[in-house]
Amino acid sequence: MLQTDVLVIGAGAVGCAIARELTKYQLKVLVVDKNEDVGGEASKSNSAIIHTGYDAPPGTLESQLVVAANPMYELLTRQLDVPYQKVGAILPAFTDEQFDKLPALKAKAFQNRVYDVEYLTGEQLLAMEPNLNPEVKAGLYIPRENIIDPFLLVVAYAENAQQNGAHFLLNTKVTGIRVENGRVVGAQTTAGEIQATYIVNAAGLYCDDVAAMVGKNDYTVNPRKGQFYILDKNTTCKVNHIVLPIPTKVTKGKLMCPTIHGNMLVGPTAEELEDKQDYSTTAEGLASIETDVRRLIPGVNLRDSITQYCGLRPNRNPEGLHVDTYDDVKNYVNLSGVRSTGLTASVSLGKYVAQRLIEIGMPVNFNSTFNPIRKGIPRFHEMTYEEQDALIRENPLYGKVICRCETITEGEIVEAIHRPIPARSVDAIKRRLRAGMGRCQGGFCGPRVLEILGREPGVPTEEIRKNQIGSHMITGKVRGERVIANV
Amino acid sequence: MAAAVSAKKQGAKQVLVIERDSSLGGILQQCIHPGFGLSYYDEELTGPEYAGRFIRQAQELGVKTLLNSMVLEVLPDGTVICTNAEYGITTVRAKSVVLAMGCRERTRGNIQIPGTRPAGIYTAGAAQRLINRQNEMVGRRVVILGSGDIGMIMARRMTLEGAQVVAVVEIMDFLAGLTRNRVQCLDDFGIPLLLSHTVTRVMGNRRVEGVCVARVDENKKPILETEEFYPCDTLLLSVGLIPENELSRTAHVEMSAITGGPVVNQCMQTSVPCLFACGNVVHVNDLVDNVSWESEVAGREAARYAMGQLPQSAGTVTCEPGNNVRYICPQHIALTEEKAEVDLYFRVKLPEEKVRIRLLCNGKELGKKSAIKVNPGEMEHIKVSMSDLTAGKLEVHVAKGV
Repeated sequence: MLQTDVLVIGAGAVGCAIARELTKYQLKVLVVDKNEDVGGEASKSNSAIIHTGYDAPPGTLESQLVVAANPMYELLTRQLDVPYQKVGAILPAFTDEQFDKLPALKAKAFQNRVYDVEYLTGEQLLAMEPNLNPEVKAGLYIPRENIIDPFLLVVAYAENAQQNGAHFLLNTKVTGIRVENGRVVGAQTTAGEIQATYIVNAAGLYCDDVAAMVGKNDYTVNPRKGQFYILDKNTTCKVNHIVLPIPTKVTKGKLMCPTIHGNMLVGPTAEELEDKQDYSTTAEGLASIETDVRRLIPGVNLRDSITQYCGLRPNRNPEGLHVDTYDDVKNYVNLSGVRSTGLTASVSLGKYVAQRLIEIGMPVNFNSTFNPIRKGIPRFHEMTYEEQDALIRENPLYGKVICRCETITEGEIVEAIHRPIPARSVDAIKRRLRAGMGRCQGGFCGPRVLEILGREPGVPTEEIRKNQIGSHMITGKVRGERVIANV
Repeated sequence: MAAAVSAKKQGAKQVLVIERDSSLGGILQQCIHPGFGLSYYDEELTGPEYAGRFIRQAQELGVKTLLNSMVLEVLPDGTVICTNAEYGITTVRAKSVVLAMGCRERTRGNIQIPGTRPAGIYTAGAAQRLINRQNEMVGRRVVILGSGDIGMIMARRMTLEGAQVVAVVEIMDFLAGLTRNRVQCLDDFGIPLLLSHTVTRVMGNRRVEGVCVARVDENKKPILETEEFYPCDTLLLSVGLIPENELSRTAHVEMSAITGGPVVNQCMQTSVPCLFACGNVVHVNDLVDNVSWESEVAGREAARYAMGQLPQSAGTVTCEPGNNVRYICPQHIALTEEKAEVDLYFRVKLPEEKVRIRLLCNGKELGKKSAIKVNPGEMEHIKVSMSDLTAGKLEVHVAKGV
């Protein structure tokens, strides 16, 4: 039976950040996730923004965590080798009604201790963002709203945690939690029983199901669907900042912003659902993005879309981000209501959860060998020709380009397959390296990636999946392999 | 390869082909069906056979090749930078360069089919590579969206390998590809073709479980009441090709918004004088035979440019698409003293029967021909003599009438 000091359920951004933080102590840390890869759920389908918390509900834990997290990213992303870019957000007002809301929004930012929000005139905004609707009257500028590679952030947390001693058990679903004498002692999973002294529930969309396993049913989670467009890097109508609409009572609205790799991201919708498996985009949802974003950026060209996707935000009922411990279920920390700001809050939540575990008795023995530095896979396309040449001479596999849209080499793919948290599915490769994320969406590199995914770890291609169990890429061989007998 | 052979024949001393694949022949290597070379060789060849003839010729003539080499950048002065596992980042300085990067397939994301994103959605070309070159079967029960040639050829291919092709679905009210492919690949195998229909939704979270198909109205909008569920494990897309011009753009070559490729003259010369272009990178072709002819021109003229033999232009004729013509390639003709025939390739916008094709230069009729049937999926061709042309505009009109 597996035995650990702390069991973290869920390998999303938050679960992986918690695991990394806990490796700063002399503890055995184990993370389990039902998916085949880390970051396989909400962490992979969000707007990839590191927020300031300027619009969080003031005085809440969410406000506290997001505001605290934002300044940490500069150092964190350098330590973890994760692409991060300071772009800033603008919040333009086009109507009198929107204009009248600006003082309240600025006041709210002030209450959240986000003091660097500024008023800008319409002219100033148009100078910053020439494609903005010219009817803009004035607006706010939020300089520290930034963009990140959300996939690599999760992978980097996980790899750094692993490098510092944490373990990851993927394709493993928790089916029950064992509570004895008012404290948790372990969990049942699809990979067997795990004995654990402490358990942290970071299961995101499914955190209510996990909470129910310890008898805590005081909230539910329903998915709130958000559909997005990703536009080609070559689209002519682009923005330089995160362009946000003025929120209404109903919704925060749909935005347009650059991604860290230079695509444009447009969306999301906000649709209340019941079904936690409904990952489908809809014609109506996509059409609503077009209508709404045109008010901000009239020239946006959604025909330049290279893909559309949706994410499911874990919407807690009643609302609010909670980190709970219980007197009647000891040694257990329950996270809930981690919604769209969760990517930002992941780093502070890691620290917050570690602190809560200490408060409930977790022993504090610092791990003097903790190394905060994680070196990522070399990013060939970001290098100069001289650097590329040196890399190819060191390892010729870097001289062979597999994904031509994003210029991703065989060297990078092979390394991703053999990393501490190995990429073994088509989507895992795509999220780490962007192979298949460009304008041909894997039309060219897909068959080649499949071949390498089979060759490197030595698995039959029939077993290679897009992501989860059941998502096999091919259905078998066209013709049987000819067996030549030894004579 | 056709351009390289032709450049060498024209007398170019050194001709180098840079190829990112590990073998020559491009997409033809996976086109194992016959139908290639009917006009160029007056024979019916498979893709690898057709490519093989050019490869042998190139080798005999001493064309050099650099395989497994991806070009990262083409500079407007003819410098080409590529990456190669053996040589590292390699710079090639050329007096002229022929761009022959071909095209890529439009994707699900381009045409924005709503629904889930499971495994089992492939472009027809990716499926063709997996089946014909990698021995991997992509699915067992298939719906094909788009009646492009690759889609129809894959319908037959999948059927021959034991898969069931439920339907080929086409949003337009006419076929996108060649009529001969409909007959040989769909009709002969009893595969239903649904014109004026489209896929409205993909279902299944892990592997495709089915798609919804609906009839479309005259504005191509799906009529929801006609939506029907088709169980399948695979959706193949044959929804158009896009010339692949990332390199041309970074080299500041002028592009045509209609073809998606470089604007060229009758020498297949782009707006950057030392850069020439041919084949699907210029405009998407339906027959490799046409590509070979066009590439011969590009190779020959690129060689002449390199040797300083291209004559000065004494004026320009702009080719303007007239009635029912979508585009003409080349887009303009550089007038010279040479007595030459210029081949004009063009596509119609809409299918039409019993038409007259007229060629007008500055209002004067230079030629005409009749056609029983024209179709956007089949490229048309007409010749004009350079000596008949005067600077100004040259129009091609297609109208009903004999």
